[in-house]
Amino acid sequence: MTALVLDGGIALLTIGIAAWTIRAGDDFAAVVGFIAYGLVLTLAWTRLGAYDVALTEAAIGGGATGVILMRAGARVKPAPASRPSRLARIIVGALSAAVAAGLAAVVLLPPQPAPSLALDVREHLASTGLGNPIGGVLMAYRAADTFLETVVVLLALFGVWSLGRDAHWGGRPGPAPRPGIGGPLPLFARILVPAGIVIGIYIVWVGADAPGGKFQGATILAAMAILAGMAGLVAAPATSGRRLRWLLAAGPIVFVGIGLAGIPLAGAFLAYPPGFEKPLILVIEVALTVSLAAMLALIVAGPPERSP
Amino acid sequence: MNAAMLATTPGGGLLVAAITVPVIGILLLWLVRPRDVETVALAALLANLGVALAVLEKVAAGAAPLVYLIGGWQPPLGLALRADGIAAVFMAMAAIVLVPVAVYARGQFGAPGERRPMVFWTMLLAITAALNLIFLGEDLFNLYVALELLTFAAVPLVSLDGSRETLKAALRYLVFALAGSVLYLLGVAIIYGAYGTLDLGGLAALRGPDGALLVAVGLMTAGLAAKTALFPLHLWLPPAHAGAPPAASAVLSALVVKGSFFIALRLWFDLLPPERAVAGSTLLGVFGAAAVVVGSAMALRQARLKLLVAYSTVAQLGYLFLVFPLGLGSGAAPFESTAWTAGALQLMAHAFAKAAMFMAAGLVYEAIGHDRIAEFRGLGRIAPLTVLTMTLASISLMGLPPSGGFSAKWLMLTAAFGEGAWWWVLVIAAGGLLAAGYVFRILVPAFTPPEEPAARKKPVVVTREAAALALALAAILIGFLPLAPWPLLAVGRIAAGAP
Amino acid sequence: MSLAPFDAATLFGLMGAILVGLGLYGVVLLESFLRRLLAFNLLGGGVFILFGVVARRGAGAGFSGDPVPQALVITGIVVAFCATALAITLIERLGEEDGDDASGGGS
Repeated sequence: MTALVLDGGIALLTIGIAAWTIRAGDDFAAVVGFIAYGLVLTLAWTRLGAYDVALTEAAIGGGATGVILMRAGARVKPAPASRPSRLARIIVGALSAAVAAGLAAVVLLPPQPAPSLALDVREHLASTGLGNPIGGVLMAYRAADTFLETVVVLLALFGVWSLGRDAHWGGRPGPAPRPGIGGPLPLFARILVPAGIVIGIYIVWVGADAPGGKFQGATILAAMAILAGMAGLVAAPATSGRRLRWLLAAGPIVFVGIGLAGIPLAGAFLAYPPGFEKPLILVIEVALTVSLAAMLALIVAGPPERSP
Repeated sequence: MNAAMLATTPGGGLLVAAITVPVIGILLLWLVRPRDVETVALAALLANLGVALAVLEKVAAGAAPLVYLIGGWQPPLGLALRADGIAAVFMAMAAIVLVPVAVYARGQFGAPGERRPMVFWTMLLAITAALNLIFLGEDLFNLYVALELLTFAAVPLVSLDGSRETLKAALRYLVFALAGSVLYLLGVAIIYGAYGTLDLGGLAALRGPDGALLVAVGLMTAGLAAKTALFPLHLWLPPAHAGAPPAASAVLSALVVKGSFFIALRLWFDLLPPERAVAGSTLLGVFGAAAVVVGSAMALRQARLKLLVAYSTVAQLGYLFLVFPLGLGSGAAPFESTAWTAGALQLMAHAFAKAAMFMAAGLVYEAIGHDRIAEFRGLGRIAPLTVLTMTLASISLMGLPPSGGFSAKWLMLTAAFGEGAWWWVLVIAAGGLLAAGYVFRILVPAFTPPEEPAARKKPVVVTREAAALALALAAILIGFLPLAPWPLLAVGRIAAGAP
Repeated sequence: MSLAPFDAATLFGLMGAILVGLGLYGVVLLESFLRRLLAFNLLGGGVFILFGVVARRGAGAGFSGDPVPQALVITGIVVAFCATALAITLIERLGEEDGDDASGGGS
C-alpha cells in the first residue's frame, strides 16, 4: 500500500511537471521543467523495475537532452508569446483528451495473461553468453535494430554538421575557447573526468551481466569529453580530421564486419559462431562505445562554428 | 503462436545486401579522399540496383517471397526480412530512380569535400538504405528505426542550401515527421502489449476485431499520414520539396514520401481484419480525394515551377489513398484486385514522372536563370530536350495514354465502376482535368515561339538532360504493360492465405 | 477481458496515457518550435512509459519485466535524443539567420 502511495505521488508529480512545462510562460522555464520531468521519469522507471531504462533515461533522455536544450535556451531568443484561439484550444484539447482516454482504456483492459517474450529471451540467453537479458535482446535477437540505430546516430551527427555554414565545414564545433579559464571548473574537471571515464567503462563492462551497457556508458564518456572541453582541458577536434572520422566509423565497421563474417562462420548475418558469442559481442560493444561516445559528444557540441 | 515457422530462403542473402551495401557506402564516403566521394556513391547505387534487380528476378521466377532471418533468430524474438512481390517491385523501382538522379547530381554541389556534396551523397545513400529496409522489414519496431533513418536523411537535404526559407521548411518538415514517428511508436507499444509480437506475419495470424488493434492502427495511420503529407497534413510538403536542390527534390517527392505510405499500406492490408478496415478506408479515401482536388487547385495557382510541381505531388499522393477503399472494398482477394495493381502503378508512375519533372525544373532554372512560369515563352527553343522531358512526364501526370499514369487511373476507374462507386470516378476524372490545367500552364508558353531569340544562361550538360529524359520515358513505358492485375504484385502477400 | 488490477503498472500506464495527451496538445498547439520540441519529448516520455508498463506486465522467467520492450525503449530514447539534437540545431541556425523570428512562426 505504501508502495502504491509512493508510485501515485511520482505519477502525479510527473503529470504536474509535464503540464507546467506545456504552460510555462517563457522558454527557459519550460526547459527547466523538462529537465525536472526527465528526473521524475527516471524514478518512475526504477519503480517499474526497469533499471537499464532508468539509467538510459537519466544519461540520455534527461542528461544529454537537457544539455542541448540548455544550449538552445541560452542561444535562441524567446519567441513572442502568442496564444492560440480559444476554439483551437478546445478542439485540440478534446482530440488530445480522446487519445489519452483511448490509451487509458487500452491500459485498463489488458489481455489476460499479458503476452511476453520473457520466456523466449531466457531460453536462448545462455547461448549468447550474456547474463543481462536486455543485452541479449540488443546484441543478439534484435542486433539489426542496434546496428541500424548506430547508423541513425551517425546520420544525426552528419545532419547536425550539415547545418553549419559552408565556410566552417570541416572546422571545430563551438565558439573559440577563452584563453585561461579561471575559477573552479578546470580543477573540478581534472578530478571528475578520470572518475567519470572509469565509471563509463565500468557501466559498459557490467552491461553484459547487470544493468548498464554501451549507450549509457557512451553517454557518460561523452559527458566527460564535453566537461573536459568546457574546462579547456582538451580542444574540440576539427570535424574533418581523419582520425576522428575513423573513430566515428570504427563501431559501425566492426559491427557490420562481424555481422557479415557471421554468414560463412555462423550461418547468418549478425549470428555469432558458437563458443565465440560473448567475446565477439564484447568486441562490438567496446568499438561501439568508443564511436557512440564520440558521436554523442559531437552531437552535443553542435555544428562546426570555426574555420578549419 | 506463429502460424508458420519462417526459414531463410535461397537468395535470402540478397536482402542482407540490400541493407548493408548502402550503409557500407555511407561509411566509405567519409573515409575515402574527397574526390572519390562521388565515385563511391555511384558505385554503391549501382550495386544497390544490381541487388534490387536480382531480388525482383528471384521473386518473379520463383513466384514466392524471399525471406532472411537475421542472426538465424525466428520471429517474434528475432527480426526477419522478407521480399514479397510488391516489395521487390518497389525496391527495384526506387533503385532505378536513384541512378539517374545520381548521374544528374554529379558535380552539382561544388568542389569535392565541401559541405553540400558530402551531405547530399551521404543522405542519398541513407535514403536508399532506409527505403530498402522499409520495403523488406517485417518487424514494426525495425520499421520505426527505418522511418527515423529516412527522416534524418531527408531533412538535411531540404536545408542543403542553408537559406533562411529552406531552414524554416526543414524545421517544419522535421516537426511533422517527428510527431508522425512518435504516434507510430505509440501504436507499436499498444500492439506489443496486446499480442507480444511485432512481426507482421505473426500478427496477421493473431489479428482479431480487438479495440487495442484499432486504436493502434488509428494512431499509426495518423502518424504515417503526416509523414506522407496526406491532406490536411500536407502543409509542410510544398515549401520543403520546392526549397531543396532539384536532385534532392526529385528523391524526396518521388521516393521518400512513399516510404511511410508503404507502411500504412501494410498496416491496413496485412494487419487490420478486412471487415474492420472497410469502414475506415472510406475516410482515408475521402482525405485522398480532398488531396487530389486541393493539391491540383493549388498547383494551378502557383507562379513558380518548383512550387507547382510540389503541389502536384500533394495531389498525386491523394490518388494513392484511393487504393484503401477500392482495394479493401473489393472482397476476398485484395491483392489480385484491379485496385491493388492500380495503386502500385500510380506509385511507380508518379515516382518516375515526378523525379523527371523536378530534374527538368532544375534544368529550366539553369537554362533561363529563373523558374517563373509566366516567362517560359520560347523555352522549347532554348532547352528542347528538357521541354520534351516535361511533356512526357506531364502526359503521365495528367493520365493521358500511353503512360503509367494513364494505366493507373484507368485501372482505378475500372475498380470504381466495378463497385458502382461513382463518387471515386468523379474524383479521378476531376483530378485528371485539373492536372491537365496545371501542366498546360507550363507547356503552352514553353512551346510558344519566343518574341526575340534568347540564349541559354549556362551551357547544357547532355548527360544530365538525358538522365531526366530517361525517367520521363520510364513513366511512359510502364504504360505499355498489360492493363490488368499483375500476378507478381500478389506474390507472397501475407493475407492471401488467411481468412 | 477483465479490468486490470490496480497496481504500479496500471498506475503508470494511466500516467503514460495522460502524458501522451498533454504532449500531443503541446505539439499541435504551441507556437514556438522550441516549445513544440519540448512537447514532443514529453509525448515521447509517455510513449516510452507505456512500453515500460507492457514490459512490467510481461514480467516472468525470473525477470522483473519483459526484456524486449525494455530494449526497444533504450533504442527509442537514443533515437529521440538524436531527433531533438537535430531539431535544436535547426532552431539555433534559424535564430542566427533571422534574429527577429528566432524560434517562432511555425504552424
